[in-house]
Amino acid sequence: MSTIMNTVEEFVETMEPQGKSVADSEQGYHTVGEFSIAEPRISCRHVNVFYGEKQALFDINLDIGQRQVIALIGPSGCGKSTFLRCLNRMNDIIEGCRVEGKIQLDNQDIYSKDMDPVILRARVGMVFQKPNPFPKSIYDNVAYGPRIHGLASNRTELDEIVETSLKRAGLWKEVRDRLDHPATGLSGGQQQRLCIARAIAVEPEVVLMDEPCSALDPIATATIEQLIDELRERYTIVIVTHSMQQAARVSQRTAYFHLGKLIEVGQTSRIFTNPRHPLTEDYITGRFG
Amino acid sequence: MQPDTLIWILLALSALAFYLGRNRAIQASSGHIRNLHSLPTYYGYFVALWCGLPALVILCLWLLFDDKLILQMVISQLPESWRNLPEDQLSLIINQIHNLVAGETGRQEVDPALQRAADHYRQLKAIGYQALTVLVLVIATASLTYGYRHVSPQMRARNSVEKVVRFTLILSSTLAIFVTIGIVLSVLFEAVRFFSKIPVTEFLFGLKWSPQMAIRADQVGASGAFGFIPLLTGTLLISAIAMAVATPIGLLAAIYLSEYAKSRTRSIVKPLLEVLAGVPTVVYGFFAALVVAPLLRDFGIELGLKVSAESALAAGLVMGVMIIPFVSSLTDDALTAVPRSLREGAYGLGATQAETITGVVLPAALPGIVSGLLLAVSRAIGETMIVVMAAGMTAKLTLNPLESVTTITVQIVALLVGDQEFDSPKTLAAFALGLTLFLITLALNLVALHVVRKFREQYE
Repeated sequence: MSTIMNTVEEFVETMEPQGKSVADSEQGYHTVGEFSIAEPRISCRHVNVFYGEKQALFDINLDIGQRQVIALIGPSGCGKSTFLRCLNRMNDIIEGCRVEGKIQLDNQDIYSKDMDPVILRARVGMVFQKPNPFPKSIYDNVAYGPRIHGLASNRTELDEIVETSLKRAGLWKEVRDRLDHPATGLSGGQQQRLCIARAIAVEPEVVLMDEPCSALDPIATATIEQLIDELRERYTIVIVTHSMQQAARVSQRTAYFHLGKLIEVGQTSRIFTNPRHPLTEDYITGRFG
Repeated sequence: MQPDTLIWILLALSALAFYLGRNRAIQASSGHIRNLHSLPTYYGYFVALWCGLPALVILCLWLLFDDKLILQMVISQLPESWRNLPEDQLSLIINQIHNLVAGETGRQEVDPALQRAADHYRQLKAIGYQALTVLVLVIATASLTYGYRHVSPQMRARNSVEKVVRFTLILSSTLAIFVTIGIVLSVLFEAVRFFSKIPVTEFLFGLKWSPQMAIRADQVGASGAFGFIPLLTGTLLISAIAMAVATPIGLLAAIYLSEYAKSRTRSIVKPLLEVLAGVPTVVYGFFAALVVAPLLRDFGIELGLKVSAESALAAGLVMGVMIIPFVSSLTDDALTAVPRSLREGAYGLGATQAETITGVVLPAALPGIVSGLLLAVSRAIGETMIVVMAAGMTAKLTLNPLESVTTITVQIVALLVGDQEFDSPKTLAAFALGLTLFLITLALNLVALHVVRKFREQYE
């Protein structure tokens, strides 16, 4: 048995593309399903996260593929947001937070000393739970990222970036006549789309979304979900959601977290029709959560 | 019985009423407190308030007016010749009577008529107190009985008690306003008297301040000029220097504390910085006069500049140090009030910490920072002690920070110190200055309020 385990460990270490398997860990639990995939964009191995003394994540192993949407689901406090925030080192700014393990973006360790979190966050954009537009104009909100990264050499280029970003976020038609108005005057759904436009204006490779629709009404939610579906053609998207319908609608893969552990991961259609782990089944069928 | 004893008795009665009311409510509940409309303690408070409040109001009213009534009665018994004296002489006699009553006879022979009046006064007062005692006790018992009778399970004791509480709250919140209005009015009346002697235009636009009035016609060096412009420039000059010191240092300190410092550093540095605000201004005055001013003068000599021993610069610098904690503390509050989601939004776009602070956090906190700065300015304008000690008393119309200047507050002190006639323009000028100062700081506070209102809704 131990030899098999060793083999698995080696597989994991060498990042070989791999099919179905079971991860082993010191904590002694196994992630059910295909956590590892061929040619991952992001690959996480043995990720542990601590807030002070308290451990929030236990030995997470997960690959995230190119140009696809992966949904992270699970009950409140299960660590899915914490995991998401590891992917762009957003946990760095929380005092007392410690991340162990290995997370690679395009085979580059994001927690190594050579990686500048500022550059990482430009490559891995983020959309938050509550729309958080800056108290600036609509234009300046979208132009903020391109400006600090010097993506535009003149005003015309910047105008172009702002326009395409707003178009991709499906907001252009609604705001093109009032780009100089304060962003805080927009409705909740518009603000969230503005935040998406702001995130994609810096041309990230990955977009992280932390419950982007939890503060929105069903119509705004539908707009955003459609938007996520379109964005998939260009970006890798990781979305945390409390709504299983949303996970089923927008994602190709789904990962189920429970009490800081990654219980099961797999094709979304498979997870929702044929969950293998009893905890996943309980959650999906609504027995708790 | 003396009124203070009476108050103690009233309090004791109220306490008794509380227990009576509560017990009656518990008895009336027939074993189940749920049968009562309110909790038993509310019935207790209800009866206690009924017992204490009406009697207390009567007591206060009595104490407010009894002296005047008794005085009227005493005056009516005075000899004819005294009663017809002009008012100011009559008040002198009344004062003498008061002194006699208080037992301060002095060494002089006491006029028998005066002694009689004093005895009469004392006698009336004693009768008054007896009547008051009876009246208050009767009212307290009667209203206690009334309240006690009213206790029943249906009675809404809580609502009545809460009404009294709400009235008390309203009273407390408006008290400060009335006191402010009183202060303004008292200053205003004196200022009007001043302006009836010195024209407003001379005060507002005059370029010379020299409030010495000639007492005799042949006196020298008493021009009596009341132009407040030199004082205004002096005030503004010193405040400007102070703000030039406090704004950058305070802002940078606040940015460090709220954005960069670890919570441990912050928990040590912030209280220490706020200790600066607790240093008495007179101590800052020593520091300015004994350390900073000589230093500046020596430094000026080396540079070949002529620095006055008491300079606006010395006072301004030290005043700036004094208001650093104001600026830093209010700015720090404004910065920490910026929601973390905005910071994360900026970090999430790949902004560095510096870019986040300058591009997102500071603009979002701007209204709070500006209002903090304006508060600091009004503090600087109102500051007196440092300027008295370090910037001098001479009213010079200059913008040169190396010379000695004076401020509005310092002149108010100078005008009111010592024996003064209260109807000379010199003394009244102090009230005109006070009014001006009040208006300036009021305008600043209004601007601060407006700034905060205008930008408040920029973030949640």
